[in-house]
Amino acid sequence: MSALNIKKGSSSHSAYELRDPNGELIESHTLAVVVDNESGVLARVIGLFSGRGYNIDSLTVAEVDHEGHLSRITVVTRGTPQVIAQIKAQLDRLVPVHEVHDLTAEGPSVQRELALFKVSGKGEARIEALRLAEIFRANVVDSTLESFVFEMTGTPEKIDAFADLMRPLGLREIARTGVAALSRGA
Amino acid sequence: MQQMTGARMVVQALKDQGVEVVFGYPGGAVLPIYDEIFQQNDIRHILVRHEQGAVHMAEGYARSTGKPGVALVTSGPGATNAVTGLTDALMDSIPIIVISGQVPTFMIGTDGFQEADTVGITRPCTKMNWLVKDTAKLSETIHQAFHVATKGRPGPVLVDIPKDVQFATALYTPREQAKTSHYQPRVRGDEAQIAKLVDLIETAERPLFYTGGGVINSGRAASALLRELVAETDFPITSTLMGLGSYPASGKNWLGMLGMHGLYEANLSMHGCDVMINIGARFDDRITGRIKDFSPHSKKVHIDIDPSSINKVVRVDVGIVGDVTLVLEEVLRQWRARGSKTNRAALPKWWAQITQWRAVKCLTYKNSSTVIKPQHALERLEALTKGMDRYITTEVGQHQMWAAQFLGFEDPNRWMTSGGLGTMGYGLPASIGVQVAHPDALVINVAGEASWLMNMQEMGTAMQFRAPVKQFILNNERLGMVRQWQELLHGERYSSSWSESLPDFVKLAEAFGCKGIRIDDPADLDEAIKEMLAYNGPVIFDCRVEKHENCFPMIPSGKPHNEMLLGDADTQGVIEAKGAVLV
Ligand SMILES: Cc1ncc(C[n+]2csc(CCOP(=O)(O)OP(=O)(O)O)c2C)c(N)n1
Ligand SMILES: [Mg+2]
Repeated sequence: MSALNIKKGSSSHSAYELRDPNGELIESHTLAVVVDNESGVLARVIGLFSGRGYNIDSLTVAEVDHEGHLSRITVVTRGTPQVIAQIKAQLDRLVPVHEVHDLTAEGPSVQRELALFKVSGKGEARIEALRLAEIFRANVVDSTLESFVFEMTGTPEKIDAFADLMRPLGLREIARTGVAALSRGA
Repeated sequence: MQQMTGARMVVQALKDQGVEVVFGYPGGAVLPIYDEIFQQNDIRHILVRHEQGAVHMAEGYARSTGKPGVALVTSGPGATNAVTGLTDALMDSIPIIVISGQVPTFMIGTDGFQEADTVGITRPCTKMNWLVKDTAKLSETIHQAFHVATKGRPGPVLVDIPKDVQFATALYTPREQAKTSHYQPRVRGDEAQIAKLVDLIETAERPLFYTGGGVINSGRAASALLRELVAETDFPITSTLMGLGSYPASGKNWLGMLGMHGLYEANLSMHGCDVMINIGARFDDRITGRIKDFSPHSKKVHIDIDPSSINKVVRVDVGIVGDVTLVLEEVLRQWRARGSKTNRAALPKWWAQITQWRAVKCLTYKNSSTVIKPQHALERLEALTKGMDRYITTEVGQHQMWAAQFLGFEDPNRWMTSGGLGTMGYGLPASIGVQVAHPDALVINVAGEASWLMNMQEMGTAMQFRAPVKQFILNNERLGMVRQWQELLHGERYSSSWSESLPDFVKLAEAFGCKGIRIDDPADLDEAIKEMLAYNGPVIFDCRVEKHENCFPMIPSGKPHNEMLLGDADTQGVIEAKGAVLV
């Protein structure tokens, strides 16, 4: 028998395909998951993602139906179409999950995120920050002589764009809520 | 509705659910429940020797009866000891309910004595679990637990009950009044999809049924329908390790098990078929080998109760979500209504091909008159127990694969083995669970000496509860399966795969108070097996076998199904240490 000669991560000699067969086509999907509002449910959902190696780009959760004891989880995830289909099927089979909606696949939807930005600076930079905030319709929710806290609601892309602009102007911290989303129409 | 303590609710709810036996081990956090068990006679308690044993017994009970199994453990170490069994049941879709004690609610989070985050630890290895903090919700939760464990794809559930919840009183919710939540999985297959399957049945030139544990989980009716479908279509049928017995081994269309150590004819049929009909199997990697080369020419149909199983690892052409029994009923109804047609011109050619593959006689081994070959021991066991009311459990390793190859199963629920998790130490406790469910049947655990030692303490349980289980140990003084891989894949470097310092199994049997038999001469085999069968009590049978026998056929790593190895002669230069990255 010859000695072992296996390159790390190589899969050409393995019995199973170790590389993801559809590694190319990565899509981003926003899923709305309606769950029982009970302890441990969020852990079960998150555990599914970490345990099976799925991505979470953003996650928000809050109770939406107090009477019915239901919470809505909005999760933005990435994967190949096959992985996205698996994520939905795996979510759907969790016992406390009532509904899974793929807002990306089910037609147009609105997506909003709230973000707070702390920007500190003096002089020109400070004036420029304020001017850009107006253009982006960000509100000033706190100010000192050397800092602002801006509040902005928008798509994740809009928030990213504003953050990029603020960075050279003295951006110190950002807090983001993650995406909340609903399908459009009745 | 009646007012009662939480502890009494547990016992009452179990009775309402028709539970007759609980496998368990007491401790501080479950004492109130044990107190209730003491004061009644409807539910029998089997005191195990280790909580892992309790869960495997519950699994053995469940797999052999089709009813859910129940285990009761204390908090902390009791619960953590149950984790392997829960994971095993999750992987093999076995309905069990584990009830664990917990520190009182006011102590949770304080690192109290024997506190563990049981619901946290068991969340990934249960289908669902609950920490019950309010006695008023306890009985309903237990009823929901039974519902979830048994509906849809079965699986393990756990109910964690703090001690103060067991002491407090509240109104009992009877079974009928319990909200079984929104959890109502789809069981009826889509008729249009089923029609596509019927189209394929009518036209297939080289069809193959590929069945799995889902047929067994669906109940005896599923096996009966499967047999009708196979008989009427005259298609060949193979099965996974988990599905053995749903179609009889003596049936004329039976090709034997497929997969890594499956039969030549089964694997080549899988490779060559043009229509594959997967019924309740899940394209496990032990079955598929290299996905890219798996059954490359077939249209694939997949019937499964779990929608997430469909297209998980293998893309299929027709996916049917539903319970096997209901789906097969509909398949037969549609197919018969359309005239029970198959491609009669093509099928004989396919069968002729299969007959050639069968003629290879892939299970042939070189017998010996001086040492007992493990295959021979199993052939004799099979011959001497034929027709008996027999149940087989196994441990994990070479002996497990040989048992699957050399023992024939005529009915479902007769074969209990750890498939998905491959848990050494499963077989002995599982055999006790089976024996408790079927006191008068012959229950044999086909074991390897190394696996058997992992839960051998349960012989005490077998003795105490008069479970006459037969421990048929194929003792090769090796972690045989590990040794085989080291020989074939790791340059014959036998790192820690010797079973050193083994106990004297006959003396061990005497120490437990049961019967021990040791043999090493093939000439004594039949007499010894008969002696084992005749003994009215547990037997530890130390069958000294050839130490370096390899288990064939084997699909080596890095090879597709059509390049399997049939015997030692085939292995020279074929595996070349490739694919050792895999388990
Ligand atoms: C709990 C556990 N640990 C390790 C393994 C890995 N393993 C698989 S088979 C095997 C050897 C089993 O030896 P034995 O029970 O004597 O059976 P044999 O293969 O010799 O028939 C080992 C160590 C396992 N499956 N389960
Ligand atoms: Mg061994």
